[in-house]
Amino acid sequence: MTEARQGLPGLLDTEAIRKDFPILDRQVHDGRKLVYLDNAATSQKPTQVLDALAGYYERHNANVHRGVHVLAEEATALYESARDKVAAFINAPSRDEVVFTKNASESLNLVANMLGWADEPYRVEQGTEIVITEMEHHSNIVPWQLLAQRSGAELKWFGLTDEGRLDLSPIDELITERTKVVALTLVSNIMGTHNPVETIVRRAQEVGALVVVDASQAAPHMVLDVQALQADFVAFTGHKMCGPTGIGVLWGRQELLNDLPPFLGGGEMIETVTMHSSTYAPAPHKFEAGTPPVAEAVGLGAAVDYLSAIGMERIQQHEHALTEYAVRRLQEIPDLRIIGPATAEDRGATISFTLGDIHPHDVGQVLDEQGIAVRVGHHCARPVCLRYGIPATTRASFYLYSTPAEVDALADGLEHVRNFFA
Amino acid sequence: MYQDVILDHYKNPHGRGLRDGDAEVHHVNPTCGDEITLRVRYEGGTVKDVSYEGQGCSISQASASVLNELLVGKELSEARRIQETFLELMQSKGQLEPDDAMEDVLEDAVAFAGVSKYPARVKCALLSWMAWKDATAKALGTTEADAAKEKTA
Repeated sequence: MTEARQGLPGLLDTEAIRKDFPILDRQVHDGRKLVYLDNAATSQKPTQVLDALAGYYERHNANVHRGVHVLAEEATALYESARDKVAAFINAPSRDEVVFTKNASESLNLVANMLGWADEPYRVEQGTEIVITEMEHHSNIVPWQLLAQRSGAELKWFGLTDEGRLDLSPIDELITERTKVVALTLVSNIMGTHNPVETIVRRAQEVGALVVVDASQAAPHMVLDVQALQADFVAFTGHKMCGPTGIGVLWGRQELLNDLPPFLGGGEMIETVTMHSSTYAPAPHKFEAGTPPVAEAVGLGAAVDYLSAIGMERIQQHEHALTEYAVRRLQEIPDLRIIGPATAEDRGATISFTLGDIHPHDVGQVLDEQGIAVRVGHHCARPVCLRYGIPATTRASFYLYSTPAEVDALADGLEHVRNFFA
Repeated sequence: MYQDVILDHYKNPHGRGLRDGDAEVHHVNPTCGDEITLRVRYEGGTVKDVSYEGQGCSISQASASVLNELLVGKELSEARRIQETFLELMQSKGQLEPDDAMEDVLEDAVAFAGVSKYPARVKCALLSWMAWKDATAKALGTTEADAAKEKTA
């Protein structure tokens, strides 16, 4: 097995990278080395991010956009410079197109609510349609179900092929003149599938529908260029990309952010307020009511710096090499069935599988006893489990600090699980 | 956590399969997708049968098997005492070392003591027991209502 993983092309210097992540040195269960393979749930944080968070609170903490004192100005500058960093990271044409939220769920709910309250031509209402896919995270299903129920619009979706990809064959029947919005994930959080968003964008543009992309599993792992993507909105979260929890991003095209109505009202999002009515601040502030997660934004800025210094292309190559190796090792295990693409092509470093009829909770528990952290369950994508007739899966997901040795630990751990329940 | 007793019950479950009953319930554990359909049959104050069908992890399935073994044939009051004792053990967060008295009541079910240390798995172990409690309330509720109906008729 050592031979098999020698000469994997494109691997990063994980020995150096892992020194930045103190938690990866942790031992669990009486001296077992932690093998953290739950990166699709959340990533670990490098000291650079932890220091930025602590440094912000130790030296600069104040509320933003409010005071004239030194700390208020420093805090505001730090918060707004995090917006600049994120804008550059996703190649946004303008920094004003970057809205800070608390996570990707909030970003997606924000879009759904903007469209529910919008005037023509954006308004989602009776007689119009919303299109999603069967492989969405619940956070890109439920907001659209709510909008459909409240507005009377119809909810439709792309199904999946047996190989874990979108079945695009009915695209012309699904996306029609009635479609107001198409929402889909760029990379599946359960199967790792990388979706051909460009095909869907092209069809949506033909009929004048907006496209919302959930990039939660893409932004941490690959070059994300919102201009190349050509979608109208892109949502992602900070904590899966080495940033802290509590900070998410919604990128939206400038003209849409200008035209669409606010959702949450409060401080910061206004221009003037009287007892009768208010006018609103320009985007992005129009969508950032209340004191924002300032320290978390600063932490996300540090995470973006960290990832950019290594290079998203190199991270993508590293994960691709690891995925190729992991798919190969996993397929050697008897009774293991990969749920989703069974090769490393057009997929991210998230691999779901079942192991004979051993329940994923048992797989996860016995792996945990060996120090290996995976996620088990339906991964907030229950329709995918229903589609493939399984109650749940075990999911291993890798990141820039993951190593071939950890893939080996997983494969050996799974052999142990098989023997344990044999 | 995976005591031999638990693995034995998982691999060779007692009383599995659905048979006639006075009431049926279906319980799910939404966090992990464990499911159980459970029926109870009473004769007088005695648990005549607990039959079940389900899917889920070894803990949830073994727990249903242990439940069947422990409760079938018991008087309702005794069965309730066992259920309450099991609940107490499972909610102990690993702090409770079962004593002889508890072992007398719970028999094989004391093997689940280790599970109580894992908050994510406690629900798996309790799934069938909560289903039994619910089915029993339903069965006896119906029986009492029927009895009341007969009286008024």
